[in-house]
Order: sequence, then structure tokens, then C-alpha cells
Amino acid sequence: MKYTLTLAAALAASSAMAETPVLTVYAGDYFTSEWGPGPIIEAEFEKVCDCDVQWSTGDLLPRLLLEGERTKADVVIGLTSDVTARARATELFAPHGQDNSALTLPIDWTDDTFLPFNYGHTAFIYNETTMDAPPASFDDLLALPDDVKLVIQDPRTSISGLALVLWVQAVYGDRSAEVWAALSDNILTVTKDWSASYGLFTDGEADMVLSYTTSPAYHMFAEEDFTKKAAIFPEGHYFMVETVAKIAGTDQPDLADQFLAYVMSRDFQTIIPTANWSLPSALPRSDWPEGWSQLPLPEKVLFYSEDEAAALQADAIETWRAALSQ
Amino acid sequence: MARRAQPISTWPGIIAAVCIVVVVLAAFVAIGFRVEDTTGLRVAEWQAVRFTLVQAFFSALISVVLAVPVARALARRRMPGHALLVTLLGAPFILPVIVAVLGLLAIFGRNGWLNMALGAVGLPEVAIYGAHGVVLAHVFFNMPLATRLILQGWQAIPAEQFRLVAQLGLRSGTVFRTLEWPMLRQVVPGAFALIFVICLTSFAVALTLGGGPKATTIELAIYQAFRFDFDLGRAAVLSLLQLAVAGGAALLALSFLPPMVVQRGQDRVPQRWDARGWGLRALDAAWITFAAGFLLLPLASVVIAGLGGLLDMPPVVWRSAWTSIWVAALSTCLLVTIALPLTAWLAQSRKGGMEGVTPLGLAASPLMLGTGWFILIFPFVNPASLALPITASVNALMALPFAVRILLPPMRQVLTDYGRLSAGLGLRGWPFWRIVLLPRLRPALGFAAGLAAALSVGDLGVVALFADPDVATLPLQMYRLLGSYRTDAAAGAALLLLALALAMFWLCDTWGRRRDPG
Repeated sequence: MKYTLTLAAALAASSAMAETPVLTVYAGDYFTSEWGPGPIIEAEFEKVCDCDVQWSTGDLLPRLLLEGERTKADVVIGLTSDVTARARATELFAPHGQDNSALTLPIDWTDDTFLPFNYGHTAFIYNETTMDAPPASFDDLLALPDDVKLVIQDPRTSISGLALVLWVQAVYGDRSAEVWAALSDNILTVTKDWSASYGLFTDGEADMVLSYTTSPAYHMFAEEDFTKKAAIFPEGHYFMVETVAKIAGTDQPDLADQFLAYVMSRDFQTIIPTANWSLPSALPRSDWPEGWSQLPLPEKVLFYSEDEAAALQADAIETWRAALSQ
Repeated sequence: MARRAQPISTWPGIIAAVCIVVVVLAAFVAIGFRVEDTTGLRVAEWQAVRFTLVQAFFSALISVVLAVPVARALARRRMPGHALLVTLLGAPFILPVIVAVLGLLAIFGRNGWLNMALGAVGLPEVAIYGAHGVVLAHVFFNMPLATRLILQGWQAIPAEQFRLVAQLGLRSGTVFRTLEWPMLRQVVPGAFALIFVICLTSFAVALTLGGGPKATTIELAIYQAFRFDFDLGRAAVLSLLQLAVAGGAALLALSFLPPMVVQRGQDRVPQRWDARGWGLRALDAAWITFAAGFLLLPLASVVIAGLGGLLDMPPVVWRSAWTSIWVAALSTCLLVTIALPLTAWLAQSRKGGMEGVTPLGLAASPLMLGTGWFILIFPFVNPASLALPITASVNALMALPFAVRILLPPMRQVLTDYGRLSAGLGLRGWPFWRIVLLPRLRPALGFAAGLAAALSVGDLGVVALFADPDVATLPLQMYRLLGSYRTDAAAGAALLLLALALAMFWLCDTWGRRRDPG
């Protein structure tokens, strides 16, 4: 115990001696990899903040819940809308202090704690060279011949899978069980996470994959492959958002505020599309990078507030499980 | 009853066993203290328990049933590429889950080679998704391991005995009953128990090839409880259930083990006079061809898919390959340090059931071990700075039951053959290890170390739980690539991973087999 105290004192002393203040940002694992948005955001922000941004990766919410008040995070980036309720309940977070009216989301955002920094929508992606008659609506999807196979993610282990069951719930309500029964012949398999599903799709094992409306953008702009399309449904698409938030107990409150302001800046917002392959949260469509404004996006956007989602989630997942376990 | 004279003391092994129990228990206690409210188990979870047991049972059963004739064929025949094939048998076992799944689907999937071949001759398509797909994948992973374990048993039958039965003119069937069946009764229950435990903890493979939520395993429910519902209580209850099932299975299987009768020869390569007929040759050739095809075709597809991606890989992937190498080296050293004394203790104890300690680390969900230890160390140090040592330790713990299973039979044999003599000569402790034991254990030790190293290279382990963004292992880097649409680069990383794991396996295995014993 004594040793630990000495160690803690030594660590405190050494960080006090360091000249540049450190901003510790917790982020999802993909975020900080070389091909994620982390490195460029770090470089750009460090130019203006006179600080050292240090990423810490892992499972965001479980980690925050385990660490509690003792967390070393100053800012947390990447919390999705399905976990904000749980994250809010920890009372670890402070108001973001940014102007929500500057957001350009397709939905109204009034949360003063969790600030969106990018968004997208659930969508089924197909390859137009192998798919003759892609579904033009959700109803069409249900009527697909049995030999057209979909691969989806498990709502119990994956955020996009969860968005799918909420999507079905939002479009079909009480008829969800029938919808899943109708889809079950088309569902080739269910994977633990998005990566495995997408791998099955790009390998040609499945005809359509549950992914995001922005997925074709990666193929278009990074690979010059224009054959991958998102099927856009008039019934609407489920909205998916990632947020950034400030830890109340941070020892760098000013730097944290500066980072949140930076998230809303044009600099940050223009990095998001091609670094994160998603849509910027506070940038008018006309200012999106070359080609992005032509990306087909849904007219209608569906979204449950965190309270509504929390109330529906368990039943929606059980409906899915029961229907696909037949 | 007087204590048997033993040349090596058992207390280091007992300490090692206690350490394992403490490491696992501490994680559970730490989680237990953090449980707030819990919902308990629901119907869906009980269904998951049932499915887990059934699939693990059939996966283990089919793996060992197929492994017996393959191992026999490999034991009776020498052909060009024999050593290479035996090395490659280690490969499927160490593949990261997603790579193996994509490799299997390249063969058995809708557009796989099998269905293309069937389509070409006008036969209907075969669907892999379903309970049979789960078993197929698990057999792909584990049959090679079972084959190696059983092959080891065959090679332990002294050549003199085969010569004797040949002089007596016994037929192949009689040879099987008198020599081979007693050996199988020794080896097969242990191999079965081990594979059963591995398949218990399967999750992503079972889900993907099972075709949906019907194929929900306990491990998936643990993951869901922990990651999605953050219900530590339910996660802990499920993990304990998994532990109990695994422990029960291990004890049950070990109780089938007959008392060991060890016989020793002059370590000559056996000549199988009883198996010279053309019929048996054709049979063995068929089994070897079947095994090689089943195992190597998916691997070939991994190689083909990865070749193009090798050049696409960002330099950071090579750096993480280096990280993985030293994590594997650390993990292997740790494993050997625990496994040798532990096996020495088990080899001298009359109660075989104590081996049930070894699969603890494998059966306790790595997610729970990682979480428990995260809670324990977080107040004192930044867990991210210990991510790699912890990953290496957990990997060593997971490889332990395999190592013990591999080391135990030869260790028993050496102790029976030389124990009394050495004790009588006053050769005890370290000199006994150095002069008598280690040289004779060398092949088994090489195999066990190779397996541990390869397993560590291929396993994502707990590093994902608290990774440092700058320090990533190769599997983690591969998952990051996959998560950012870089499918080709990820395929390249998978190939690198396969090559690395095989190289480390080959290195250790060859070191073990290089010297002729005796």
C-alpha cells in the first residue's frame, strides 16, 4: 500500500513536471488505428491546442462503468446512441456546452451532454453487377425470392444489429414478428459483428449485407468501385449516430471544452467523411467533400430517443430471436 | 502405506495449480464485488446452455472418431511430405476465428469450391449453415489437434511390440485389439475432454456457421451480458456455469482413463508388418487424403486470398507482427514454467482427477478473466500499460490444458521407467530434470511449446479489452483492418499471421523432434 502511494506520488510529480498538458481521450478501437480518423484529428488538434492528445482504446462503456469516478478520461468519443442512456446514468459526464443548433443532422438533437460528431443510417448494401432486381422498399425486401441471401449482425452483440431490430420495429411495429418470419428464409446467417458480415458480402457469400448508407462511399472514393449500392427504402432508414462527451471530473476542463469546440469546427467536420466513412454532424451538405453530396441518402429517417429505445429494446431483440430460432 | 520414492518434489506443481485457481477465482471475486442488480438467467440462456452442450459433445466426438484412423494412417505410413503434413496439422487450430470461417466458406459456402464442383456435375447445392456447419467448423479446428495427440500415443507404442506381434503372425485386427486399443483408451478420453471444453467456449464460429440465434452458445450470452447489458451478475453466473460444465466434463472423461501401463522399448521406428496389405494401404491413403484435403483446402484459400493483400498492408501491420512474436515468446516461456512442474505433480499423483484443474483458464471466459483483472489492477496501474503481459499470461493459461495433455503421458512413462532407479542413485531434483527427464520429454515439450506459441500468435486474447492504441498484436490489427473496410489488407494480415504461427509452431516442434532419444 505504501509502495502504491509512493508510486502514485511519483507519477503525479512527473506529470506535473511535464510541460505540455495532456488530454486523455477514450475512443473505440477502430477510431485510433492508422486508417481511422484518430491520427489526423490528433495532429490537427495539437496544432491549435498546445497540448498532447493521448488516445486510450477499448470498449468504451464497460470500461467507464468499471472505472467510475476514477476514470482517467477527459473526453470520450464514439459513444453510440444505444449506450448514452446507460452512460448518462453514471453521472460521469458534464454538459458539452456547444450549440446544438449548429448541427446539420436529419433529426432534431436536443441532448446537452452527448454531442454528435458523425452519423449514418442502416441500409442493405448490394452489388449491382450481381443483383438484378434490388428491393426498392422494405416491403420488397420481405418479398425477395428465397435464393437471395442477406447477412446481418446479431443485435445482442453488435450495435448495427441492434439498429436493425429497432429499424424493423419503427417500420412495422407490432408486425415485427411476421416481418422476421418472412425474412428468415433470406437470412443466410447472423454474425457477431459488422466486420464478419461485410467480409461475407465482399467474398460473394451473401447477396446483401446489413451495413450503412455510407458504405458505398468507401468503395467509390477509396477503391473507385462504383458497383456497391445501398438499397434506399421509402419507409425510412434507422438513424445511427456517434457522440463525444466531456467527463465532469476532468483535470483539463478547458482543454476538453476546446476539443468539443474543435469537433464542431469545419476542420474536424471535413475530416470525418473520408477518414471515418460516415457523414459529418455539423456541415451543410453543399460543403461535403467532392462527390459525397451525390451519395443516395434516405428521405425519411427513423430514430428512437434513448428512453423509447430502452423501453423497446429487450422485446425487439426477443422477437427477433424467437422468430429466427424457429 | 509408505510414500513412493520420487526423484522430484511435487510442491512446485502444487504451487502452480494453486496459482491457476487463484488467478481464476480472483477474477470472479473481483467481478462479484461489482455486481449491482442482476436479472438472473432467462429462457433464452437455458436454450443456449443446451445448444452449447450438444454441439460441443458432437464436435468433440466426431473430431476424435475421425482422428483415430487418420492418426493410425500417419503412424503406419511414411510418405513424402509426411513431416510437413504433421506440422500443418497444427494450422487450423491456431487460425483466428474469422479467418478460419472465411477459409471454410471459400470451400463449403454458397459460392465455395464444393458447390461449384457439385454445380458443374449438375448436383444440388449443399448448405453449410446450421448445426452441422457448427460441427464441421469445430471438427476443422480440432480434428488436427486430436490427430496429433493420438499420433503421439501411437508413437509411444514400442517398436518391439509390433515386431513381436508380427512374429506371432497376428492380423491387423488382432494387433488393434492387443496393442492399439489399450493405447486409445488412454489417449482418446483426454483428447475428447479437451476438445469438448474448447468447443464449449466457441461463440463467433458457432453463430456464423449455425446460421443465426438458434446457435447461441453460453459464451455469446456472456458477451451479451457483459458488453451489451453490462449485467456483471448474469455474466458471472453464466461463466461459472460454463466452468462447472467444463470441469464436470473433464472429470468425467478423466475418470474413464484406465490405470496407465507403461512399457518401454528401444525407441526404434516401428515396422508395421501387419499392415502391408494393399487393402490397408489404400485405406490409409484414403484417410490421409481425406484429412489433408479437408484441412488444407480451406488453408489454401486463406493463402490465395491473402497473397494479393500482402502488398496492400500498411507498415504498422509488420510492426504488430513483431509485437505478436514477443508476446508469443513470453507466453510460451510462461507456459513451460507452469506446465512442467504441474505435469510432474500430476504424473506422480494417484488421483487422475487433479488434471481437471488445467482447463480452468480455458473454460473461464477470457472476457471474464480480463474484466476481473482489469478491476483488480486498475486502482494501481494503467491497465493499458500491462495489456501485453496480461495477454501473454492469459494465452499461456489457455494453452495450459493442451500442454499438460501432451506432456503427461511421456512424463509418466519416464517416471515409471527411471524414477526408482534415479531415486536409488540419489539423482533427484534439478539433476534428475536435466539428465533424465527433459531430454526424454523433448519431443513432447517442443510440440507443446509450439502449440502454445502458435495459439498465442493467432489469438485475439484479452488485448482488445484494454489495448493501447500504439501497441497492437497482429490479430487485433487484422480486426482493425476488417473494421475499416480494408478486406484485402486484412486478408494479407491473415496470411502473415498464418505464416508466423506456423513458423513458430514448426520451430518448436522441429527442435523437439530433432534429436533421437535414448
